[in-house]
Order: sequence, then structure tokens, then C-alpha cells
Amino acid sequence: MEALLITFSKWLASTGLSHVIQTVSWIIPTLQTIHILCVAIVFSSAVLVNLRIFGLFERDEPLHAVARRFLPPVWPVLLILLLTGSLLIIGEPRRSLVNTTFYLKMSLLLVAILLTAILQRTVLSSPDFIENRRAAGRALATASILVWCGILFAGRWIAYTQAG
Amino acid sequence: MSQFQDLIAFFEDSSIADAIRENDLLFPSIESIHVVAICLVVGSVFVLDLRLLGFASISRPVGRLTRAVLPLTWSAFVVAASSGFLLFISHATKYLANGYFVAKMCLICAAGLNMIAFHAITARDLPKWEARKFPPPRARLAGALSVLFWIAVVACGRWIGFTMEELQ
Repeated sequence: MEALLITFSKWLASTGLSHVIQTVSWIIPTLQTIHILCVAIVFSSAVLVNLRIFGLFERDEPLHAVARRFLPPVWPVLLILLLTGSLLIIGEPRRSLVNTTFYLKMSLLLVAILLTAILQRTVLSSPDFIENRRAAGRALATASILVWCGILFAGRWIAYTQAG
Repeated sequence: MSQFQDLIAFFEDSSIADAIRENDLLFPSIESIHVVAICLVVGSVFVLDLRLLGFASISRPVGRLTRAVLPLTWSAFVVAASSGFLLFISHATKYLANGYFVAKMCLICAAGLNMIAFHAITARDLPKWEARKFPPPRARLAGALSVLFWIAVVACGRWIGFTMEELQ
């Protein structure tokens, strides 16, 4: 499997697009800047809705109204994250594709997407569902915050765990 | 100036700075905390800026939204500044010689001054316009400037990493 990933990374690194990303020095930091700004938007939106579940944010407004303001806009921003992330991988394939931390980040991302989708669907389709199940709501909110923090930590550690 | 250099040397030679330099896990761990905190600062500030621009949360009065969001912003800022200070003292002399680091500090001050000006001048008649979808132009200007300053802060932060090779 690893040999296959290394071969694939080598091929990806030899493509024209990868060459452009590698040789034009401002492209990678620019992509990373856009990537982090989008992470800031998605992460903060999730945290604010989770804080609302704990009653620590905008308690004067019902949870579903807070969620309606903060969760739906997360999805288009996630698309930009996917796009900038993909370009970063094309620019330096080995940095992530041959790196366990990258796969940890992607697994956590799947969990975070799932948790956010569940939260959004539940809150928007049956407004009082989570507010009536305090323990379940708080467990979901805690899990969401921890998983997002894990994604951000893993993202930074990719730089320190890359192969050779 | 030499007093400033003495102070920098004092921190850079401290055992904490030494530990951050020498330990392989410490620098990336503090850096990760720094990233989490910065994301919360920038993300929560954007919530207020987008409201001032009339792009989001338009159903919420500006003052009420500000009071709800700022505790998170300030808590995260304290964590970002403390973790940033620890990263800084580990290679203080090199950071001070890095143009992007100096620019980042100036931009954070600019964002702070913009915020102070907003609260002290623009928001003086807040009750008159805070419920409006589009706040007056001076408030929208404060929101736009804030977005630009914070984008530039993040960009400079990322560029520091590319102009100080030994830190990755």
C-alpha cells in the first residue's frame, strides 16, 4: 500500500500543475492562508453553536435560530477547504499522502462532518429535540469541539511528521 | 534600545525558551494551540465584521451580538497571545529580524486600534442604528478594515514559517 502511495505521489509531483505549485513560491503560503481562514470560519461556527448547546452563547435566542445562522454557511466554506487542501496535496504529494497524520486528520474530518450534519438536520427539522435532551446535546457538542480541535492539531502536525 | 535587547535576551536565554527549542514535541504542540486560538479569534471577529457589513446575523442587534461573541474572542486572544509569546521567546532574535513577524505585530495593533476607534467613536450612537440591516458607512468601514487586517495577520503568520526555514 505504501509503495503504491509513493508511486502515486511521484506521478502527482511530476504533473504540470504540481510543477507550477512547487516553483511559484507564493502559491503554497497563499493556499495555506486561505485554508486557515476557512478553517477559522468553519471551526468558529461549530464552536459557537456548540457553546449555544451549553447555554454559553446567545441564550436569548432558540438553538434552532442560532444553528440556522451558523451551520448552513459552513458547507460552501468546506468546499473551499477541499479545493485548497487538494491543491496543497498536488503541490507536495509526499508531505501528506505518505503521512499517517494526514489520514488521522481526514478520519477526524469525516467524523466532524457527520456530527455537524446530524446536528444541523436534527436541530432544523425538530427544533426542540436537542434542547429537550440536555445530556445527549452536551455530549454531541463536546465531541464536536474535541474532534475539530483534533483536526486543527493534526493539520499542524502534518508538517512535523512528513517522511524524509 | 539596549534595555529592550537585554529584555529579549533575558527571555530567549530562559530555561522555558531553551526547553521549547530543545524539545521536539513542545514547539509543534504550542504551535497547534496557537492555531486553534487564532482560528477562534479570527472566526469570531468575522462574525461581528460580517454583521457590521450587513452580510450575516442581520436579525441580531449589533450590541447584543457583540456582547455574545466577545467573551470567546477575548478568551481565545489571551491563549493566542500567550502561546505566541512562548513561540516568540524560543527564537526571539530571529523573529525580530523577520519582516513578516514585525508586520504581523503591527497588523494586530492596527486591528486593535480599529476596534478601539469603533467602540469609542462609531458605536457612540449604537442604539440608534444597531438593529438596522445595514449599519452606517463608518461602521461598515470598521467591519471591512477588520476583515482585511485579520486576513493580513493570518497571511503574515503563515509567511513567517516560510521565511524562517529552520522552524519549518
